[in-house]
Amino acid sequence: MKGGWFRVYAFGYLIFLYAPIILLPLFAFNDATIISFPLTGFTTRWFSAMFDNPPLHLAVKNSLLVAVTSSVVSTCLGIFAARATTRYNFPFKAGLMGLIMLPLVLPEIIVAVSLLVVLLGIGINLSLLTVIFGHVLICTPFAIAILSSAFQGLDRSLEEAAYDLGETAFSTFRLIILPLVMPGVISSLLIAFTISLDEFIIAFFLAGTETTLPIYIFSQFRFPKAVPVIMALGTILVCLSIILLTIAEIFRRRGIAKAGGKDTGGFL
Amino acid sequence: MQNGTRWGRFRNSEAASGLLLLSPTAIYAILMLAAPLATITLYSVFKDGYLTIIREFTFDNYIEAWTNVQIRSVMIRSLGVSLSVTAATVLLAFPVAYFVSFHVPPARKSMWLFLITIPFWTSYLIRVFLWKVILGYNGVVNSGLLGLGIIDEPLTFILYNVNAVVITLAHAYAPFAILPIFVSLEKIDRSLLEAGLDLGESKFRTFLRVTLPLTMPGVVASVLIVFIPTVGDYVTPHLVGGPEGRMVANLIQLQYLKLDNYPLGSALAVSAMGVVTVVSLLFLYLNRRYLRGPQS
Repeated sequence: MKGGWFRVYAFGYLIFLYAPIILLPLFAFNDATIISFPLTGFTTRWFSAMFDNPPLHLAVKNSLLVAVTSSVVSTCLGIFAARATTRYNFPFKAGLMGLIMLPLVLPEIIVAVSLLVVLLGIGINLSLLTVIFGHVLICTPFAIAILSSAFQGLDRSLEEAAYDLGETAFSTFRLIILPLVMPGVISSLLIAFTISLDEFIIAFFLAGTETTLPIYIFSQFRFPKAVPVIMALGTILVCLSIILLTIAEIFRRRGIAKAGGKDTGGFL
Repeated sequence: MQNGTRWGRFRNSEAASGLLLLSPTAIYAILMLAAPLATITLYSVFKDGYLTIIREFTFDNYIEAWTNVQIRSVMIRSLGVSLSVTAATVLLAFPVAYFVSFHVPPARKSMWLFLITIPFWTSYLIRVFLWKVILGYNGVVNSGLLGLGIIDEPLTFILYNVNAVVITLAHAYAPFAILPIFVSLEKIDRSLLEAGLDLGESKFRTFLRVTLPLTMPGVVASVLIVFIPTVGDYVTPHLVGGPEGRMVANLIQLQYLKLDNYPLGSALAVSAMGVVTVVSLLFLYLNRRYLRGPQS
């Protein structure tokens, strides 16, 4: 076997990475209010408790609204930026792109407090809309990263052929380019959706009196009794995000293959 | 007239098309990111008049942020935690990236990367909370070690302190560290390594003298991408850090949402960013020195 010790180490590392996620379903189905070992028995009552919980339902509804809107807006902004950077050279390109990609490394709390100060300063009330503002900001760099690899491999002669055949810039984009990068677009929508659904700090600062799913989860950590239900909820969320990410990955790879690019691996 | 044609030429030029196309995204980033960042920088030199802000220039917030003993200890702790997390993640991640790049067949590399990134995307809050379960008094680690008879009573130094914060953050940011290193390992021309071996270097020396310097851009990216956001992490110190593990984000949150002292909160945020920038630049400088080689 190639890479003997490295392989052992890499598998050990994967176990470390997955340790918390493996524990999640164990406690979600465990028949005890206290989250600790040893396990006491099997139950599905934590799952059924979720169905009779109006605050949770409201949080889910809010989160879905925020996540869908943020993913659509950030993907649109991502399309503009990815197209601009892969196709054109222009002044201030590095500076502007640096600013747009900054949220990728900037601590989220900085994004959150600076937006909070400005929004309150100009008299905008905190609501789900302000959460969307913040989420679009942090989702856009990820959208750009995914979409750039989809746009990168585009053959420019296809576009020129369309112009020669009398198409306008807009119809060329709609008929030729968009179908080619569509898998990347879908992948970007799903990733942005997953990020927004999971994002806590920005929502915590900018939601005002509204709750999103992570805010609800965070508030429940204070009540030991509520924690098993959160474990059940977490199990569902983890399954959901794994499904979404798998679909996103399939589309991302298909997109790169379609545009004739080479897979460099990973979302980042 | 000449201006008109110049403008006309500019309008049809590549530069104009590119700028126009980028403008929606760029304007959004300027309005929602650059302007807010400028605003907190401005707020940080204003006076706090409880619930209102007095628009008078002052350095008091910075003096408070840098001389208050409690604030300073939290700042130093945040920096220490971030540096340890960065060192741990990058050192632990390097062999994994190396394994995936050098020992995994090309067709299965994407699958490995996918497996590594999945935990990163799944419910951050719940993952952090689960570390509490793993490290807690009756937690997985303690019950495991007790069961094996290695310890007689539960370990208490692994939860509600700085160690717990470091472990949890190192776990959360692990995939972030692997990817850039992997990408730069992939770019290395394998024939350079063969040349190193052919010229009589040992495998380890080849690694030190060829692979490692060529991987440095990836390592640098990993270090920065882990170091910068971890300084500002709020959830992990809040949930597993206990009173001994509070970090600068918790202080910022306190100033903004509990004490309504925006100027001091802003000064803390700006100071934290400043410290992070200085450390990052220092690191980039050291890296450049290292790549230039021992002769200079």
